[in-house]
Amino acid sequence: MTSIIGPASFKFFGIFPAVILSFVLPVIGIGLFAYIMARRIAPLVRANPDNRFDHIGKRVRNLIFVWLGQMRQPRYMLAGVLHMTIFAGFLILSIRSSSLVIIGFSDGFVLPGFGGILGDIYNFFKDYAATFVLIACIIASIRRGIFKPKRYAVPEKYGKDHTGEAIFVLAIIATLMICESLFEASASAYEFQLTGREHFLAPLSLVWIFRSMLASAPQNILQGLHIFTFFVHDLAFFFFLCFLPLGKHFHVITSVFNVFFMRVKKGNIKPVMHGVADDKLDDLESFGVKKLEDFTWKHMLDFYSCADCGRCSDQCPANAVGRPLSPRFITIKARDLIFKNYPFSGEIYKSKLLVEDIYTEDEIWSCTTCGACEEECPLGIEYIDKMVDLRRGMVDEGMVPQSLQKPLKALEKRGNPYGKMEKKRADWAKDKEFKANWQIKDLAKEEAHTLYFVDSITSYDDNIQEIARRTSVILKKAGIDFGILGKNEKDSGNEVLRFGEEMLYQDLKEQNIEAILESGVKQIVTADPHAFNALKNDYGNSLPPVKHISQIVAEKITTGELDLKPCQNPDKVYVYHDPCYLGRHNGIYEAPRQALDAINGLTRVELEKSRDRSFCCGGGGLMLFYEPEEETRMGVLRVNMAAKAGATVIVTACPFCLVNIQDAIKVAGKEGEMEALDFTELIEQHLA
Amino acid sequence: MTQIFAYIPFKNGAAEDVALEFPAAAKKIDKGASLTAVVAGSGADLDKVAQEMTSIYSEVIKIDNALFSYPNAEVVRKALVNIIPLDAVFLFAHDTFGMDLAPGLSVKMDSAYAADIVDFEGIDGTTLKAVRQELGGAVSTHMAIDISSGAVMTVRPGAFAPVEGSSEGGTIVDKSGDAGDLSAKRKFLEIVEAEVGDVDITKSDVLVSVGRGIEDEENIEIAQELAEAMNAVVSCSRPIVDAKWLEKSRQVGTSGQTVKPKVYMAMGISGSFQHLGGLKGNPFIVAVNKNPKAPIFQVADVGIVEDILDFMPELTEAINDL
Amino acid sequence: MEILVCVKRVPDTAENEFELNSAGNDLDRDDLVYSVNEWDNYAVEEAIQIIDKVGGNVTVITVGDDESEEVLRREMAMGANDGILLCDDAFDGSDGKGIASILKAEIEKGSYDLVMTGAQADEGAGQIGGMVAAMLGMPYASLVNKIEIGDDKIIVGREIEGGNQEMNEMQLPCVISIQTGINEPRYVGIRGIRKVAKVDIPVKGAGDLGVDPESIGEAGAKTKRVDYFVPDMGEGAEMLEGSTDEIIEKLIERLKAKGGL
Repeated sequence: MTSIIGPASFKFFGIFPAVILSFVLPVIGIGLFAYIMARRIAPLVRANPDNRFDHIGKRVRNLIFVWLGQMRQPRYMLAGVLHMTIFAGFLILSIRSSSLVIIGFSDGFVLPGFGGILGDIYNFFKDYAATFVLIACIIASIRRGIFKPKRYAVPEKYGKDHTGEAIFVLAIIATLMICESLFEASASAYEFQLTGREHFLAPLSLVWIFRSMLASAPQNILQGLHIFTFFVHDLAFFFFLCFLPLGKHFHVITSVFNVFFMRVKKGNIKPVMHGVADDKLDDLESFGVKKLEDFTWKHMLDFYSCADCGRCSDQCPANAVGRPLSPRFITIKARDLIFKNYPFSGEIYKSKLLVEDIYTEDEIWSCTTCGACEEECPLGIEYIDKMVDLRRGMVDEGMVPQSLQKPLKALEKRGNPYGKMEKKRADWAKDKEFKANWQIKDLAKEEAHTLYFVDSITSYDDNIQEIARRTSVILKKAGIDFGILGKNEKDSGNEVLRFGEEMLYQDLKEQNIEAILESGVKQIVTADPHAFNALKNDYGNSLPPVKHISQIVAEKITTGELDLKPCQNPDKVYVYHDPCYLGRHNGIYEAPRQALDAINGLTRVELEKSRDRSFCCGGGGLMLFYEPEEETRMGVLRVNMAAKAGATVIVTACPFCLVNIQDAIKVAGKEGEMEALDFTELIEQHLA
Repeated sequence: MTQIFAYIPFKNGAAEDVALEFPAAAKKIDKGASLTAVVAGSGADLDKVAQEMTSIYSEVIKIDNALFSYPNAEVVRKALVNIIPLDAVFLFAHDTFGMDLAPGLSVKMDSAYAADIVDFEGIDGTTLKAVRQELGGAVSTHMAIDISSGAVMTVRPGAFAPVEGSSEGGTIVDKSGDAGDLSAKRKFLEIVEAEVGDVDITKSDVLVSVGRGIEDEENIEIAQELAEAMNAVVSCSRPIVDAKWLEKSRQVGTSGQTVKPKVYMAMGISGSFQHLGGLKGNPFIVAVNKNPKAPIFQVADVGIVEDILDFMPELTEAINDL
Repeated sequence: MEILVCVKRVPDTAENEFELNSAGNDLDRDDLVYSVNEWDNYAVEEAIQIIDKVGGNVTVITVGDDESEEVLRREMAMGANDGILLCDDAFDGSDGKGIASILKAEIEKGSYDLVMTGAQADEGAGQIGGMVAAMLGMPYASLVNKIEIGDDKIIVGREIEGGNQEMNEMQLPCVISIQTGINEPRYVGIRGIRKVAKVDIPVKGAGDLGVDPESIGEAGAKTKRVDYFVPDMGEGAEMLEGSTDEIIEKLIERLKAKGGL
């Protein structure tokens, strides 16, 4: 005998051919897997449509960077590196594991093309891959089992701890790695004992270590180990395959699809129903997501794909202040419900109203749509559209908190949430001192190149009107010919849409589009990121280009049309807070910073959470009217972060951020030591 | 000569303050009118109130019936229709009992009805001119009331000046026998007392009272800090209780507590009459409101147009620095 | 249970700033927005919750002009089954009793177990419910903030002074007026109203109801509004002015004098 007997030729107790087991295990494994998958796909088939086959180029890009490149993983460094190791190992070892299954029927089988040098190279890498995966599994187990990072904890109200499942899966992966290596090490040691030829193995790899350990083991032990580890591997492999769709490790299978189908645009909201045009909305029987099956198939796939890593909730400002919302459990609860309602055998349960069954109304209203969760998710799971869809469902059922009903009704009647009269929308321009120096064109009467879209809070809130005046002065000094819509301007509806009042939003949108097109302007400028977002991402393509005032300022500084004086308060330390709807949703991070840095002698620091990890101030628009249960305010946390960064002035570029942060400074007891300033105010003060 | 009757509400043997205000209202209707008090109830409490009324009214009609031990509007109405002349002018307080009783009584007496009157401007022929408010007090209106076949009217408690130190020496007329059939389809069961909170706002000399202007539940703390600095207690108006930011026992107003502080700090309270109805004993009222048109400024002693969220912390600091 | 809820279209106090017209005798109505009377909204919500529990129908009714149809639709979008619009030039200028007579005429034609109104509306009189009840010989309770439904009786809680609640047992049919805070009315959006946009709402005039024209309208009104005015502010408060520091200084001085500090 010149080599060890492989599983295809081996006979248990000398009579029972092992090849039968090699055959039965895959047949049962694959059969069971196919059945499980068929049941898992059932809810997706019954779900609502979703248009995810557009922008193929961007989708392929996401696949390469987000899925294959694991681009979002290192945002959490240790966990990210461990995951990338296991992920890379899986990709490499999937070839080896598949060929191992075939080795069960055919001793010494090699995949076509893996016979020569390519096979050697592959083997070299896969040996190290298995080694590193095992090491990663051990570290990950220690981390989850002993150090227990806080973000994995499951609050009591959300059910049982998930650590057991995590460790169990790590153990299976470790078993696969060890068996694969022992299977090969036993054969190699056996061969060496017989022939004295030492098969090349990657030095210090798992299989290399095992072979050294087994170098002098008796041949019958080696033979037994070879067969035993083969079948343990085979069993573990198919067990794992069938186990994946039962829990959080379903992402191993679904992630590639989920990332391919993930959101490719930012700042927008999904239509009420894919394939139904805005003017056909009245024909829909029901609006939004009320029951499980009202989710789109992609959103169902999201639920399957969640790896329970907790990054979303770790970044979620609502979760941080103790509101009854944790995005992670929006997903986990829905997944548990799918698993419960779509059992592996028997009847599919009829689903109930989600907000009575697994969610609470407050939970769904608690979201500020800041987008921190989506920015973070390594798997491209979406939350904003789900929140909006759930809210659409609640609005349709009349389940709207009283505190929100008033502003919504005022928006319907008056076009602003405060119920102020339309004719007073431009009253900010009537300020005596301002009026003496500056005249603002009313586009209903005069023409202008640019529209300044003011929006409700800046038009009506006494404290915020200053932003309108400062913005106007900046535009004037920058030589931009602009006007306003005055009483023809309605609320942009950014939050009306995001609070699920679709038809009211459509109404506001139509009125604004008509007024804007009527005015004949070539460009729109706004100082309100929420209006900016609505006009740019929600209103469709019929409007002229939209810019935020910070972009105009940055541009005009570059061209020299605006000149800034040296810093008036050089002793202060400024920090720029990224508004969600300017930064995360629209990618404008640099323009405001450039403008600030153009002020000579201004000291600027950065918040630890900045740019795409900026922390929401508490939310804008209708969120100002909602009264959530919370332990503290988002703004207070944000002010404390700024204090930690050593700042004394928080500069923001959004009227809602200003309101929230100003309030938070008072609540945090930091009056006198900290102040909040709008971007326009700082710039206007420094205009030469 | 106009015949005016005034229904005297009372509780626990004591007439409500409005009993002292009817005479002023009656004089404004017609200086020469006769004014008769009507008290309905039972037992010693009734006797006590009827006696008390003789010092204010020249005639007091007493209607004693065990069924009136708790005033049920439907039952009282039946008795009144039988006892009071149908073409009389009949005044009630615009309180929860008056609102329950008076509209239906005007139907049964087939007379004119006007509610919540804050002023009378005399009679011209058979037309009585009155003033009332609409739209939550935002505007006032003049009303012309045809009293040729009588009138039932409710007047706003506190709107007319109370009689001071009167000793009329009136007579009591017992009309208990004329009440007639008092069967009713509505039966009084019990009073469910409002829950008593941890703080008794009726006992405090200084109240820091917050209204809608507080904007957010978390801002209550700002008022709390001011109250601590002033050694006062925080009370509030109805919207704050409706929003569940403070317990019901802290509410000042007709549907809340009646308070008699020395100083009342109305912070962000617009000053609806329902709220002011709970404010007795002529306190020194300080009103802070960012709306210069807020009605509270009409009744306050000192008014300040500021945002309470900015003003209160500064005031707190200034007081603490004293 | 058959429930009728009387509703009214009123200028919205939350969304209006009331100003007088240039003649100074009426409201400047150009920029006013109207909606359903807030108290009525609570009444309709309560009625819907009752029939959700015990079954039946909710009908909403209003006396008003063509535009009042809008508030009926809003209430039907909430869940009321039917609407009735009582509309006739002859109704113009009716006082409370006139309106009550018109409603009474229609209520008699149906067989309602429970008639509800809001505790008050824009005029703040709170009169219609009590009048309708008296005209129909039904028991009445005002300012109701709790209802328990029995077989031929209901138990209602009335909100009375001091935040206390007066519990009463009422025989059906009866009339009650509803106080705010009894429930949390559901939201009605534009979509809800559009859904019931095509539902037929019968319109009835004086002839259909058989009301005596003498008892209603301007002619039948014994109580008439002569004009609107903004009352003389009187003495009002002493307004403290100046910088915040100055104001605080003056205030503290006065508070000390009055025993506030």
